[in-house]
Amino acid sequence: MDFLQLVISGLANGCVYGLIALGFVMIYKATEAVNFAQGDFMMFGAFICLGLTNTAHLGLNFWLAVPIAIATMGALGYAVDRTVIRQMFGQSQVAIVILTIALGFILRFAAGTIWSHEPVSLETPFAGQSITFGGVVLGVNEILIIVVTVILTVLLYFFFSRTRLGVAMQAASQNQLAAYYMGIPVKRIQSLVWALSGALAAIAGILFAAKGAIEPNVGLLGIKAFAAAAIGGFGSLPGALVGGLIIGVVEQVTSRYGITGLSQIAPYALLLLVLIVRPGGLFSQTQKKKV
Amino acid sequence: MRFVFKTSYDADINWFKHKYQAFWYVLLLAIMLAAPLFIGSYFIGEFALVLIFSVAAMGLMLLTGHTGLPSLGHAAFMAMGCFANVLMLNAGIPWLIAFPLSGIIAGLAGTLIMLPVLRLHGVYLALATLALSILIADIVVLAEPWTGGVAGMIVPPISLFGQEIDRFGTPFLFYYVCLAVTVLVVMLYRNLLRSPLGRSFLAIRDSEVSAQAMGIHLAQTKARSLFLSATFAGLAGALFGHSAGYVNSETFDLVLSINLLIMIVIGGLGFMHGAFLGAVVYTVIPLALAIFRTFLQTAFDININIPGMEAGIFAGILIIMLLFEPMGLYGVWLKLRTYFELFPFYRKDMFKRQKSYLKTERVQ
Amino acid sequence: MSLLELKNVTQRFGGVVAVNDVSMTVEEGEVFALVGPNGAGKSTVFNLLSRFYTPAEGTIRFNGHDVLALAPDQVPDLGIARTFQNIELFENSTVLYNLLIGRHRHRTSNMFTDLIFTPGVRAAEKEHREAVEEVIDFLDLQAYRDKMIAGLPYGVRKVVELGRALATKPKLLLLDEPASGLSVEETQDMAFWIEDIQKQMGITVLMVEHDMGLVSAVSTRVMALAEGAELATGTAVEVQSHPAVIEAYLGTSGIQKAGHQPNKKKDNAA
Repeated sequence: MDFLQLVISGLANGCVYGLIALGFVMIYKATEAVNFAQGDFMMFGAFICLGLTNTAHLGLNFWLAVPIAIATMGALGYAVDRTVIRQMFGQSQVAIVILTIALGFILRFAAGTIWSHEPVSLETPFAGQSITFGGVVLGVNEILIIVVTVILTVLLYFFFSRTRLGVAMQAASQNQLAAYYMGIPVKRIQSLVWALSGALAAIAGILFAAKGAIEPNVGLLGIKAFAAAAIGGFGSLPGALVGGLIIGVVEQVTSRYGITGLSQIAPYALLLLVLIVRPGGLFSQTQKKKV
Repeated sequence: MRFVFKTSYDADINWFKHKYQAFWYVLLLAIMLAAPLFIGSYFIGEFALVLIFSVAAMGLMLLTGHTGLPSLGHAAFMAMGCFANVLMLNAGIPWLIAFPLSGIIAGLAGTLIMLPVLRLHGVYLALATLALSILIADIVVLAEPWTGGVAGMIVPPISLFGQEIDRFGTPFLFYYVCLAVTVLVVMLYRNLLRSPLGRSFLAIRDSEVSAQAMGIHLAQTKARSLFLSATFAGLAGALFGHSAGYVNSETFDLVLSINLLIMIVIGGLGFMHGAFLGAVVYTVIPLALAIFRTFLQTAFDININIPGMEAGIFAGILIIMLLFEPMGLYGVWLKLRTYFELFPFYRKDMFKRQKSYLKTERVQ
Repeated sequence: MSLLELKNVTQRFGGVVAVNDVSMTVEEGEVFALVGPNGAGKSTVFNLLSRFYTPAEGTIRFNGHDVLALAPDQVPDLGIARTFQNIELFENSTVLYNLLIGRHRHRTSNMFTDLIFTPGVRAAEKEHREAVEEVIDFLDLQAYRDKMIAGLPYGVRKVVELGRALATKPKLLLLDEPASGLSVEETQDMAFWIEDIQKQMGITVLMVEHDMGLVSAVSTRVMALAEGAELATGTAVEVQSHPAVIEAYLGTSGIQKAGHQPNKKKDNAA
């Protein structure tokens, strides 16, 4: 029972990583760029919700604050693409990596200035509630995280593989010029993807903040989500979720049974291992360049 | 505009294109040498920091700017150099031996550790180096008996020709040590860029396929670039240890790695000058902010102290650079120079490059 | 003994047979052209020679050496240099540097001498530069010597790539569509250069080309490929009038006389 509890707690953590990783993967799939600020997007989304609903701040109703936060982060994602990323059109992947790292710095700075650097937790209606199920105590927040994540992953998967817009997004990433010729509005699609991943980050942030305290540097969690995305191969949505779950569970289990310090480095060690053994991730999609 | 009439291949090979260019660099060196005459011990310490970061940034520039391999883990190599240096000094090895060795140890260890991930590209390589960087920071904590772990350890002063040199006791001498190391690294770097090995780095940066077709062994050449890069970073790390006087597991963290990368992009990726310009910006921001704060406080009694402001401003500069001047500060300088040389014939699109479109290498 | 000898070489990509049991020999001093429709496997032959691919079956020997035993970066050491169909230059370097990288296989220094830049390295550098200047003179690239590749027009890039291959001082030069995308005048220049490369420099040339005008003008022998298999080998005239070749280009109803440029379309996909 104890072990099961551990696994479920790990799965809930893993879902948050998975959600952030979904954000990376979506942007990567549609624009071939990697958003190193996704973790900071998540942090910022959580803070917006917190600023709206916590009694110390505005004290709005939680269920009102959530959609506002998600919409705001969507708008922020859109704005970031329109004002910054789009100007980088055609530059190297690495330039965009550095750019998004810098964006993360700025978001962290902004969050710290607006909401302080102290860890705070989000006040939710379901805080502290739990359900006992066959001897296992499950927090409502943990169940919510898992359910929301699964639903989002399924929705996104169908969006990318079944809808016109989703397919157009993939086409836009694989050959921008050809996509243009086919009449796909490449730029608008990229902005949409950024908006979508901003909204996704807000959801991840709210779920994360419902589970524990947040502070501006929590965005560095994004690095663990990278491990998740890389394990999944960066191009696969279900892969990202699976990667997140693996990281989450491994982290919990090693912290319980491993030597001290191991659980901290386990995600990164796993990331390295995957990159060395299977550079394309477990769901590989790369091939050699043709000449 | 000055036209150089080249009469021998040496004119192309030499460090300086012509006498006037040599003059400017000699003048710069003279100013650097004379700096202690004009400025106080506090600012000379900051000057020394600029030089240290320049050396580290040159290390990263070699790998990222000239070989095209991004690294988010260069602080780890600095850490290796620093701890190796301190351990050797504590073991009684003279500084003159320990210091260069610490660079080489960082180079060798860095190459060995990074070897498995060197075949990765772009984002994947950045991620792998990021993971390595974090792992090494944790290893520093775990290796407490040697590194002092979280508590850290004190860095002994440099002892050179019977003279104790440390940043606070003898700031001017420390500055000269840093200057000497910087000049040495610059010379090695410059030599590299005009020789076959340096050219093979450029080749790998621009086209691995072509480089192979020209007979360049990818893995070996990348490993050499990494070795030299990590060596420079290790030397910088050792100097940084002396400058800080005390190091712990958080001295060389991920943020420093990221800042190094931001430095070389702000300065100008692919230009040696860029490493220096970036290091200057990085060191000047906190200084300027501190001065500004004191000014506000004394003049208007306003007290602003927002943590993370330095990082925010530094990141903001980077974004502005990437958007408006991808060649960095050195690119700005190049354009300015061309503008004045050609006045009034400078055209806006002189440095314009062809737009490239992104093509994936994935198959679905 | 032939300079280059391919024996029963087969290369598959998944289920597709790109090169099917092809055997060919290139004699020293000749210009050998590979022609064929898009997707005939011509570029694949080049990539096999560069060791970017390893064939499923067959042997490749060059000048008595087993090419298949080598790594891609060892092939140039045998004296094989190549150009690429879609131009693979070092974009952020000058023309001079691109050509100097071509001298890589003639380097005599190592990492340590390079770092110190010993007098020996300087002397070697001068030699490299002399060799490169010869190539620049030969190809009339003087005006572009210190220009970045990234800003150069297509035709010039094509010439720089040829120059880079020549700078390696090869025995065998592989030219992948040297005339594609070039104007009529530029194609003529290319024809003269190929002739000079063969006759004056004594370099054997193996080329893939669609422009039958260029092929007839410079090549000693021509091999036609279709769907990875050999159709015919002989002089340009022989191959062009070969029934199997006409059929491959024009289909079974190709009764009318085969034109000189059966397939001008640029081959981007293969």
